[in-house]
Amino acid sequence: MSDDEFPSHAGTVIIGAGIVGNSLAYHLADQGRDDILLLDKGPLPDPGGSTGHASNFLMPVDHSKELTHLTQRSIEQYEEMDTFTNSGGIEVARTEERMEELKRRVQSAKAWGEPGRLLSVEEVEEMVPYLNTDILEGGFYSPGAGTCDPLRAGEVMRARADDATGGGLTVSPNTEVLDMHVENGAIQAVETDRGTVEADEVVIAAGLWSPKIAEMAGVDMPLTPAVHQMVSVGPISFFEDYEGEISFPVVRDMDTQMYERQHGNDLEVGSYQHRPILWDVEDVPSIEESPLSPTQPPLTEDAFAQSMADALEIVPELLDDPQAGVRHEIDGLLSVTPDGMPLLGPIQDVDGLWSCAAVWIKEAPAIGEAVAQWMTQGWSEIDVHASDINRFYQYGTSEEFVKNRAHEGFQKIYGIVHPAEQWQSSRPLRTSPFYSRQEELGARFFEAAGWERPQWFESNEDLLDTYDAELDGLLRENEWDARWWSPIILGEHLHMRDHVAMIGDMGFGKFDFVGSDVVEYLERMAVGRVDVDVGKAVYTPILAENGGFVSDLTMVRLGPDHYRVITGGADAGGDRAWFGSHIPDDADVTMIDRTESLCTLGVWGPDARNVVQSVTEEDVSHEAFPPYTAQEITVGEVDAWAIRLSYVGELGWEIYAPMGQGQRLWDTIAEAGEEYDIRPVGMGVYGTTGRIEKGYRLHGHELELEYTPAEAGLTFHGVKDAEFIGKEAYADALEGENAATLCTLSVDDHTAESGERRFMLGSEPILDGDGEVIVDDHGRESYVTSAGTGPSVGKHLLMAYLPPEHATEGASLQVEYMGDQYPVTVEVVGSRPLFDPENERIRS
Amino acid sequence: MNVLACIKRVPNTGAKIVLTDDNQRIDASNLGFTMSPHEECVIEEAIQQADAHGGSAHVLTLGPEEATEQLRTGLAMQADEASLLETDGSEWGPRATADAIANVVREMAEDGTEFDLLLLGNESADAANYQVGVRVARELGLPCVTGIKSLEVEGDTAIAGREIAGGEEIYEIDLPAVITVKEGINEPRYASMRAKMRARNMEIDRREPVGTAGAGSLEKVRLETPETDDSAAEILGEGPEAVPEIVEILESEVSVV
Amino acid sequence: MILALVEHERGLPAEASLEALTLARELASVEGTDLDAAAFGGDGSALADELGTYGVDTLHHVDHDDLDGYAPEAWGESLGQLVEEIDAGTVVVPSTDRGHEVAAHAGVTLDAPMATNCVAVEVDDAGAYELERHRWGGSLLEHARLTGDRKVISAAEHEFPVTPADEATAPTVTEFTPSLEADHLRVRVDRVEASDEEGIPLGEARVVVGGGRGVGGAEEYDQLEELADLLGGTVGASRAAINDGWRPHDDQIGQTGAKISPDIYIACGISGAVQHMVGCKGAETILAINTDPEAAIIQKADWAVVGDLHEVVPELNDALRDSA
Repeated sequence: MSDDEFPSHAGTVIIGAGIVGNSLAYHLADQGRDDILLLDKGPLPDPGGSTGHASNFLMPVDHSKELTHLTQRSIEQYEEMDTFTNSGGIEVARTEERMEELKRRVQSAKAWGEPGRLLSVEEVEEMVPYLNTDILEGGFYSPGAGTCDPLRAGEVMRARADDATGGGLTVSPNTEVLDMHVENGAIQAVETDRGTVEADEVVIAAGLWSPKIAEMAGVDMPLTPAVHQMVSVGPISFFEDYEGEISFPVVRDMDTQMYERQHGNDLEVGSYQHRPILWDVEDVPSIEESPLSPTQPPLTEDAFAQSMADALEIVPELLDDPQAGVRHEIDGLLSVTPDGMPLLGPIQDVDGLWSCAAVWIKEAPAIGEAVAQWMTQGWSEIDVHASDINRFYQYGTSEEFVKNRAHEGFQKIYGIVHPAEQWQSSRPLRTSPFYSRQEELGARFFEAAGWERPQWFESNEDLLDTYDAELDGLLRENEWDARWWSPIILGEHLHMRDHVAMIGDMGFGKFDFVGSDVVEYLERMAVGRVDVDVGKAVYTPILAENGGFVSDLTMVRLGPDHYRVITGGADAGGDRAWFGSHIPDDADVTMIDRTESLCTLGVWGPDARNVVQSVTEEDVSHEAFPPYTAQEITVGEVDAWAIRLSYVGELGWEIYAPMGQGQRLWDTIAEAGEEYDIRPVGMGVYGTTGRIEKGYRLHGHELELEYTPAEAGLTFHGVKDAEFIGKEAYADALEGENAATLCTLSVDDHTAESGERRFMLGSEPILDGDGEVIVDDHGRESYVTSAGTGPSVGKHLLMAYLPPEHATEGASLQVEYMGDQYPVTVEVVGSRPLFDPENERIRS
Repeated sequence: MNVLACIKRVPNTGAKIVLTDDNQRIDASNLGFTMSPHEECVIEEAIQQADAHGGSAHVLTLGPEEATEQLRTGLAMQADEASLLETDGSEWGPRATADAIANVVREMAEDGTEFDLLLLGNESADAANYQVGVRVARELGLPCVTGIKSLEVEGDTAIAGREIAGGEEIYEIDLPAVITVKEGINEPRYASMRAKMRARNMEIDRREPVGTAGAGSLEKVRLETPETDDSAAEILGEGPEAVPEIVEILESEVSVV
Repeated sequence: MILALVEHERGLPAEASLEALTLARELASVEGTDLDAAAFGGDGSALADELGTYGVDTLHHVDHDDLDGYAPEAWGESLGQLVEEIDAGTVVVPSTDRGHEVAAHAGVTLDAPMATNCVAVEVDDAGAYELERHRWGGSLLEHARLTGDRKVISAAEHEFPVTPADEATAPTVTEFTPSLEADHLRVRVDRVEASDEEGIPLGEARVVVGGGRGVGGAEEYDQLEELADLLGGTVGASRAAINDGWRPHDDQIGQTGAKISPDIYIACGISGAVQHMVGCKGAETILAINTDPEAAIIQKADWAVVGDLHEVVPELNDALRDSA
């Protein structure tokens, strides 16, 4: 572990030696990489990035399962390295609304397997005697929370990496990257002020400087430096009697978006309430030019004024200690992304180049581990798909977009964020050719991967009267439950089931694969048999080697050597990267991205054939155009291509047309449908009500790396002869008993203790009859993967994985929602649809 | 006892200094501003003396509008009042500065505020002319001692100590007097959060300085950043074998043995 | 004529004064004029013998019945009067507390401009000085122009290595008795007190011995305490060590602890995190003792010993005890 010799070649180069780079070095070494160069432009152990000024506390409970599990795993690692102090943490509420939110914290804690409970004001006072509890309503206690020493952890991890590689780790501090050499779409070398090192793979773990490094390789990373203001007040005499770093729980004053935590005899006061202050990475000074460090510019005083007032209100006694003063005050710079999540994974336009950026101290050790696993084995134990850097591929990397979203997202860090909350800035960005027509119809647009998709149409409000009787008992009284939702969705759903609806554009990713080796290649990618007749559509899981889900999607054979892969919009970037990275170097396979050139309009419902046939040159009868097949058709004047399948369980087609002819397609179908009262309906039907009645799974909800097709009930392909990624694990899973099976449940009684009828939104824990959270043999909690109303079955439905002892149809369980428990019944074990179980509608 | 604390707004260096393109001043965009370290002690001393003997501590600076930031730092440290002699930001030489300060001291005396003690830094961090204190004293006909690292006031006498090899030389001076101090005379306090809040809203007395900018007969041509030696430490040796080298350094280079 | 102020003790000129004299001699040579020196009190002829080595033509020995010991304003006034008496064009003083103080007073008396901490001086045709002087304690150079019939400058410390004149002189000693008034003598050294090195707060200590995580435990600080005692210093600690409970909170050096400004900071087992180094910026010099030659502290220190402090420090303590 010496920096004497700067190597001319390294297997792996890690750029950045903050907590993330160190964690990567250790875990890559642990995973078998044995020739690693870890470099940083700054000195060690504190190279001057965010690691050096973080407040270093870890509050494990988040509403995101991914983040919670990453923090839990990080705490384990810090603990194991003897760099963790378990102080506990408390989120306090100043308002009733926040108390409700804290109930949701308890709910998330249970769902993700982390202890946590509500505290009365008296309990808060007992645990943190210096708080002014007069202004509080209560708190949420996270006993597992604590503080870490990331600089020390970095040292330990470097030493371990060196051990694990038998001296194969070279650490090179004070080494600045000057250029990245890319040839033939692959990373070749990293040029530094100490020399150029050829590399097989390079990871950018350079925190807020990451985009600058990426730019040298010709790629964008959507990340901006943003200010988090922090001051340290001391010496506080109250803490004199307590030895060491921290003796009281970290306090998050959620409603003022601040935290107060003991650090020795100081109190650290941090804030996210101030106006967003975003930096341009080019303005971040060099180490030499920084009085403290590059990421610790002077405090912007006026922005901190309200934070001081709020801090003085909640911890007056400590802050008014006559000996104590503000000893340290900074605008701490950290990395912010458009959606607040990290940027992990392969950067798909440059082979061998990886991103591991926008990572907080509280997730860094686990993220280093996950990315190391991803790099070495293609999958990680903790599914980090929500952090996949490719989620912004092709749309979300402009500086303007990043700034707008970072600006907007800053207030969400401590905010009360509804699970369906929509972004407001940088919209509309991606619109289909149907957009202006939909806008005229009062569409309420939700965004997915930048695409504007109608969630429902105000013009369909009349359906509420039409279906008044059917909707009885399904309407949401509570504002939170009904936020970002409309009962019109249910009306649209019932209209589709009775008549016909048009839905689009879904924002699908569309990739064509051509070449003489395409069959062999796609067989390797998919669980389902791909070598089918031309015109056949195959819905198939895509697995990692562990047998867990990378994706689920549809492959259609367009010709002997030509396939089209269609996948969900949110997953398009990641799927593109996965498929692209698995094309063998010597194979004759070309990927053509059709995402931006084709639009999709779904026409579904009992009258779908009548509508489509009336404007289509070709015969679309059941015999001429059977289910799960695709054909080129001409709709009016539009040259289109259609697949007969449905995610809502109805007769009908997904009709694809060139974007330029999309509006004409819309108008043609709308006009032809007039006599059948065709209605445009939203993604509320497509993504929630329609699919949940049909038991259709959604990647990122039901389908994750952590679950197998056997558990998800997607075993209909059996085990094909051809080799494919994950085959062995998949076959084993089919053989063995499921540790948990995906079930559909219905809510028996919606009545809360308050008497109000409540509707779950997803991510709630499932409890057994004793009120205990159900956990399977793999240690996975049972929680609601998706929730949605099924208007045609008259029930509010939940999907959840249940272990065998509970996966019994008719079994009674409970779901916890906002502090109350509700009885639920297991309706279906496995993937059988609750509505139209024989799929007669699709086959009609 | 009323104490006047004179301070100067300067860039907060402590990092590599970058100059503006015309080489006339420091580019402070990454640095922010502060006051000289001696002057933090000036304010602390003023407050302590005023507190100990009854009276007020008054902070004064000659500088641009932005220098109110440093005055507020003084107020946040619990100084009682602050005055700004507002300039357009150009550099004032020691003579002009001293004239302006002496003049405002006379003005305030006419208005009823007489200072028993005028404290300044021994020298400013940036220009280090070592003269303003002496010039103010001579202008006002007051006694003056510079470079003070300990100070006590007994009745009308200031007992001031200056560090010399092996000890301290002590001066006993009748008040009113001008005393320039060095860092180390006290440990300047950090302002409390509440005091910072209060200081944000306190009134600052603003005046036009008498005189004009100008350095007199010492005219700045340009600034230059010298080649710095930022090389790593000289390695004295490995393990205990280096002990003789350490002793040598402690004896001759640092003279602490 | 160039006049240099020479501080001396029992006839021996101080080092800084000899540096100033070196600059003064250069100027005298360039201007083709005499080099005179001024000194207060003591034995003028003994001092003159010493100054001959440095090419001084005349030593003006300043004395006055009321001048007993140092008195800043009286010295400054006297120097001013001497300058006028002998019509010196330039006064060169050492960059010492007294040098600057006396020069400032003399500058007022003479109504002359003063350029402090000069590192280079050139004389142009008009007799103006094109000089370079330190700003920011030497982190910045100012190119400046000093004009006027009389000029006062101070020679920055360590910038003018003391060199004897090519030809030694035998300086004439001239007694000068200024005319002083009571006001000039109202400020004077009353007494000298020996320094008290006991229990000095970290922020004021001349020697600080710091211990970091490398110290390994609370008891291990005993050896650092001993080292600090031997050097009349104080022990401090890094945040990491404080967080581990090895030292009381008050011992913390750094951003959120004490800011130190000793003559030497001996950093033992301290890696050199930014948070810590910010508190050490005031240290004149830093000696690091660390097992890791790549630790950031090594980049920032003046001297380093690569080794285990548990071996180095006890041995150092022994050596210091022996030499005491």
